[in-house]
Amino acid sequence: MRHFLDELKEGLSIAFGAIRANKMRSVLTTLGIVIGIVSVTLMGTAIEGLNRAFNKSIAAIGADVLYVQKWPWGGGQNWWEIRNRRDINMQQARAIEKNAETAKSVSPLNSTARNVQFGRKLIENAIVLGTDEDFLETSNVNVALGRFMTSLEANGGRPVCVIGSEISENLFPSESPLGKVIKLGGYPYRVLGVLERQGSFLGMASLDNRVYVPISRFFKEFRSMHGGGLSIMVKAANLSELEETKEEVRGILRKARKLSPKQQDDFAINQQEIFVNFFNQIGGVIAAVGLFITGLSLFVGGIGIMNIMFVSVTERTKEIGIRKAIGAPRRSILFQFLMEAASLCLMGGIIGIIIAFPLSLIIDQVLPTAMPVSIVVIALLVSILVGVISGFLPAYRASRMDPVDALRYE
Amino acid sequence: MAIIKFVNITKMYQMGAEEVHALQGLNVEINKNEYVAIMGPSGSGKSTLMNIIGCLDTPTSGLYELNSVNVSEMNDNQLAKIRNKEIGFVFQTFNLLARSNVLHNVELPLIYGGVNSSERKKLAKEAIDRVGLGDRSLHKPNELSGGQRQRVAIARALVTRPSILLADEPTGNLDSKTGDEIMGLFDILHREGNTIILVTHEADIAAHAHRIVHIRDGKVERDEKVANRRVVQHSAAVSA
Ligand SMILES: Nc1ncnc2c1ncn2[C@@H]1O[C@H](COP(=O)(O)OP(=O)(O)OP(=O)(O)O)[C@@H](O)[C@H]1O
Ligand SMILES: [Mg+2]
Repeated sequence: MRHFLDELKEGLSIAFGAIRANKMRSVLTTLGIVIGIVSVTLMGTAIEGLNRAFNKSIAAIGADVLYVQKWPWGGGQNWWEIRNRRDINMQQARAIEKNAETAKSVSPLNSTARNVQFGRKLIENAIVLGTDEDFLETSNVNVALGRFMTSLEANGGRPVCVIGSEISENLFPSESPLGKVIKLGGYPYRVLGVLERQGSFLGMASLDNRVYVPISRFFKEFRSMHGGGLSIMVKAANLSELEETKEEVRGILRKARKLSPKQQDDFAINQQEIFVNFFNQIGGVIAAVGLFITGLSLFVGGIGIMNIMFVSVTERTKEIGIRKAIGAPRRSILFQFLMEAASLCLMGGIIGIIIAFPLSLIIDQVLPTAMPVSIVVIALLVSILVGVISGFLPAYRASRMDPVDALRYE
Repeated sequence: MAIIKFVNITKMYQMGAEEVHALQGLNVEINKNEYVAIMGPSGSGKSTLMNIIGCLDTPTSGLYELNSVNVSEMNDNQLAKIRNKEIGFVFQTFNLLARSNVLHNVELPLIYGGVNSSERKKLAKEAIDRVGLGDRSLHKPNELSGGQRQRVAIARALVTRPSILLADEPTGNLDSKTGDEIMGLFDILHREGNTIILVTHEADIAAHAHRIVHIRDGKVERDEKVANRRVVQHSAAVSA
């Protein structure tokens, strides 16, 4: 063991001696490895960022929620057929609410964009959503201040509203919004509460720039501008039984919409899975492209290392002869050159990480991310591996040299 | 007791279609604590013989016993071990590692021999002192004179306390005064109990030995005792 450590030390000092003796050549040689490691770390960082953004969004929207809508997510079907579908209405929402046993909560949802006004402060085209008291549960949000609407307020169509945190900050920078009356598209609404901050979904419109009002009042005051098409959010009692909930909801809806058994569904039940698939696709494409670039540059880098190691072995034929003459066994010579190749690549890997780190901060501007420690470790291990693989042939050749021939080499 | 025993050793090199017979049935025995010079015309097979004695090369046929062990059929790694433990080789061109200092050059055989660090340092220092270079331990070879470099090579050869010291024209690259100093060092080492075999062209140098083996065409031509040995004074030898 101690013997091994001594040889390791000797190998390392030879390796660094050789690298130091050929600084420029060593740096140029590692360029391929550097590029490979930069791309592997950046790819890892980007995927990490996508995952984080995605998980955050999933958590905000809820993976156990079904969205009953006219339009399927992701499209792909006959546009005219969908366009001509009957709207989903409140009776159908009530039918689901009443009959779906595997649903935890159900809330209708409709939206429009309106100006929101308080005194002289105006927010143009904020999203106004009509819903009911179950919305908190179906959409997995919390109230930060005040309270949400009650069932009575929702069904009775009271002129009350709950506002998103961004609306609150903009309209009420220095006072409490509770009890204040704001104007939504000209109609007065009393503020009941403020929701917790939710952030934005992958850079799309902010989830906090919204106002929630009772659905029945929404229909009265905003429907004409938007049509009666409703979405129904159905939160399953159990995430693992989401498929059963989906079937149940489908059955209820077909009945409520009086579809004969021959007719196809004229509605869509959307769920996160579509998002999940969509993001997995994006992640997959990024990973594939990244892997290809990484693989290619590591391959080219590896060839470069192999080439320079052959040069190094030839240049040092005499040294190999000397070492053999004083009793170095084959494996010591092999080990020495493998160490040299691995050190070269490790150096490339470290340079790569040093270059990639500031670049990952730039990625951080687009996607909330950080260079994961695991990717740093993987990158370093990969670079050592590339070194060992590409150094093997030259090292093997060195180890097999005939000592007499090697000593005679000038 | 014979430390080296050659029976009918041949060495053949294949040069394309042509066969070069460097050694052609060579018989020789060398005893412990002998001081032998090998002489012969250029191309007669002296270096080939030394390389086989030093286990750098293997004979094409014949029997080679070193310390009564048959080494003619050993594999590469076994030979490496013998080179490390039993042989100290001194070359005409010194063959030091240019990037390493004197201490590390001398330590190197011990590293491959698996000697631990403190013991290694101690033995290397002793060997360097032995050749009179105690104050040059941290110098690189290119900061030393030819004679000093050859002393480093001798220290490296001695450091493992080998059974034999082999020197292939050790003074070939040195002026005659420096060569004499190196020969003086060999004289001392011999007096201290080392077995020495050296190759030379010069009768002056060969005169330091007890015995001269003349080689011609890959065979022993003549094997003679030296009547008037030349011995350099101790003091002259150690002053570098
Ligand atoms: N690797 C080799 N391949 C082919 N022939 C070789 C090889 N090594 C030595 N020879 C040949 O073997 C013969 C003996 O060579 P060797 O080097 O032993 O001679 P030498 O006595 O040491 O000569 P010198 O005094 O010039 O050093 C020569 O004819 C030489 O050309
Ligand atoms: Mg020769």
